[in-house]
Amino acid sequence: MPKLNTFQWAGLAAFLFAVFFAVPAFVAASGRTDLYYTLTSVALLSIASAGVWLTFYIGRINIGQGAFALIGAYASAILVTKAGMSFWLSLPLAGLFAAGVAILIGLPILRLRGVYFAMISLVLTQVVTLTALALPITNGAKGITSIPLPGAVSVFGLTLIPDFATLENPRLAFYYTACALMVITFAAMYRLVNSRLGHLCRSMQQNEELAASIGVNIAYIRIIVFAISSFLGGIGGAMFGSIAQSVYPSSFQVADSVNFMLNCFLGGLGYVFGPMLGTLVLYFGWDLLFELGRYQLLVYSGLLIILMLVLPNGLLSLRLGKGGGQGR
Amino acid sequence: MEQIIANGIYLGAQYAMIALGLTLIFALMNVLNFAHGQMYVLGGFVTYTFYGQLGWPFVLALLASCITLAILGALIEKFLFAPVIRRSSREESTMLLAAGLAFLFDAVILLVFGEKQRGVPKIINGVFNWDFRLIMPYDRILICALAILSIVGFILFMQYSKTGRALRALAQDRTAAQLMGVNVDRYSMIGFALGAMLAGLVGGLLVTITGVNLGMGGPTSIKAFMMVMIGGAGVISGAIAGGIILGFLEAIGLAVLSQYGDITYLLIFVSLMIFLAIRPQGLMGKPWG
Repeated sequence: MPKLNTFQWAGLAAFLFAVFFAVPAFVAASGRTDLYYTLTSVALLSIASAGVWLTFYIGRINIGQGAFALIGAYASAILVTKAGMSFWLSLPLAGLFAAGVAILIGLPILRLRGVYFAMISLVLTQVVTLTALALPITNGAKGITSIPLPGAVSVFGLTLIPDFATLENPRLAFYYTACALMVITFAAMYRLVNSRLGHLCRSMQQNEELAASIGVNIAYIRIIVFAISSFLGGIGGAMFGSIAQSVYPSSFQVADSVNFMLNCFLGGLGYVFGPMLGTLVLYFGWDLLFELGRYQLLVYSGLLIILMLVLPNGLLSLRLGKGGGQGR
Repeated sequence: MEQIIANGIYLGAQYAMIALGLTLIFALMNVLNFAHGQMYVLGGFVTYTFYGQLGWPFVLALLASCITLAILGALIEKFLFAPVIRRSSREESTMLLAAGLAFLFDAVILLVFGEKQRGVPKIINGVFNWDFRLIMPYDRILICALAILSIVGFILFMQYSKTGRALRALAQDRTAAQLMGVNVDRYSMIGFALGAMLAGLVGGLLVTITGVNLGMGGPTSIKAFMMVMIGGAGVISGAIAGGIILGFLEAIGLAVLSQYGDITYLLIFVSLMIFLAIRPQGLMGKPWG
C-alpha cells in the first residue's frame, strides 16, 4: 500500500471533517434540510459512478451501470418486502446479486471492446428495464412500493444502528450512511488502483494483447473488475430504493446510465476521485440551473460542451497539468 | 405472411437509412454519435415547418431538411468534434461531447417546437389493398420507395464519386489516406455533414407517416446502435443489413408475439447479446475496427 504524505493526510482529514461535521452543521445553521437529499444522492451516484470509472480503467466504456443499479434496487426491495430481511443484510446481498449477474452477462460481452462494448452496455440498461416490466416478481410497471425504512441493528443488546423509522430526521441518517459508504468505496478504490490488480488493469487499458502475452490473465481480470463495478452499482441502487421507499422499472433508465458515464468523463478518467467530483459538479450544476426554468437544459448542455472544449481531459486535469500527456 | 414481409421491408428501409448515417460518422471519425436520434428528430421538425406550416411542396421541404442538417453537421464537426479530438488524451472523450450535443438538441427542439406530437397532411391518400392479404397505405409505399432510392443513391455516391472514394479511403486508414493526398480535415467535415444529412432526410421522410415528437430521439439512437451492432460498426453494407434485419425482426415479432404483451424487444435484445457473444464484430465488421 502506498504511503500517503503529510499533505495528503491533511487533505483526507479535511475532507472527512467537511463531510461528517461541517456540512451537517452548515445545513442545520441554514435550515435547508433539502440539501441532505441532494448530497445523499450525490454520494450514492458517485458510488455507482466509481464502478463505471473502474471499467474505464480497464479500457471499457461502460454505459450500463443503470442496469446494475436497477438490479440492486430490485434485489434489495424484494428481499426486504417479500422475504422480510433486514435492509442492512439485503444491501450487500443486492450488491453481490448484481455482481453475479455481471459475471454471467460479462462472460460473453466483455469479449467486446471499444464502441461495441459501449453500445451493448447501453442496450443492457434497456434489457433490464424491459425484464423488470415483464417478470411477475418485480410487479411490472407498478413497481415495488412502501418499502420499510432500514431497521435497527444491535449486537449483544448494543444498538449499533438505530431504527430509521423512529428517528426524527431520517434524512440525516441516510446522509451519514451514504457518505460512509462513499468514503469506504473510494478508499477501497484508491487501494485497488494502487495494488497489483490496479497495475494489471492499467496494463490492460494500454494494450490487452501485450498484457496477455506477458502472462496477465485478462479474461479473469476483466470479469473481476466488471463484477466489482456492478457490485458498486447494485449498492448504490439499493440505497436509492431504500431512500425513495419504492422501485420502478423507470427508476434507472438509459439517461441515468449515460449520466454515470458523464460523471466519470467530467471528473477525469485518469483520477480515482474524478467520479466523485464529476457527480458533485453535474448534480449541483443541474440543480443550480433550476432557476432558469425552461432554459435549464439548454444552458446545462451548453456548459457541458464548453467544458469539454476547454478541458477535454476532465476537471481534475486542471490541478495536475496536462495529465496523461499522450495527446495527438 | 405477405403483410409481415411488406412491413419488414418498409421498416427495414427506414432503419437502414438511420443506421447508415451513424455508421458513416463512426467509420470516419471513430465517434459514437449519441445525438443521431436527435438529428433525426430535428430533420422531422424542419420538414414539418416547411411542408406542414408554410405549405411548401414536400420535395422542397425534404431538401430543406437535408441542407439544414448537413450545414449543422459540418459546423459541429468543424468547431466541436475536431478540436476535442485533437486535444483530448483519450478518444472516448468525444462521447461526452456527443451526449452533451444530444442534450443540447433536445433543449433547442423543446424551446423552438415544444413537446407536442406534430403531424403533417398526407402526401397521397388511399390504401393499397390486395385481396386483404396485403394492406398498405400508398404514402408508406412511396416513402419506402424513396428510402430505398436514397440508399441506392448513397451507395452509388460512395462507390463512384471522387468524394465517396476519398471518404472510403479515410474510413479504411486515416494516415494512409492523408499520405495519398486526401485532405483529411475537409473530408471529415464532409463525411459528418453527410451522416447528419441522412438523419435529416429520414426524419423528413418519416414525419409524413409517424409524425414527430421530442421524445423520439433517444429510442431512435438506441435502435440505430443495435442495427450497427448487428451489421458491424463502420461498414456500410453492415448498416444496411442490420437495418433490414431489425426491421424484419420487429415486423415478425409484432405480428407473432402481440398476444404476449411487450416482449418483442426483450427477445430482440437477448438474441442480440447471444449473437454478439458468438460473433462480436457483427455480421460484416472488421474485428475491433
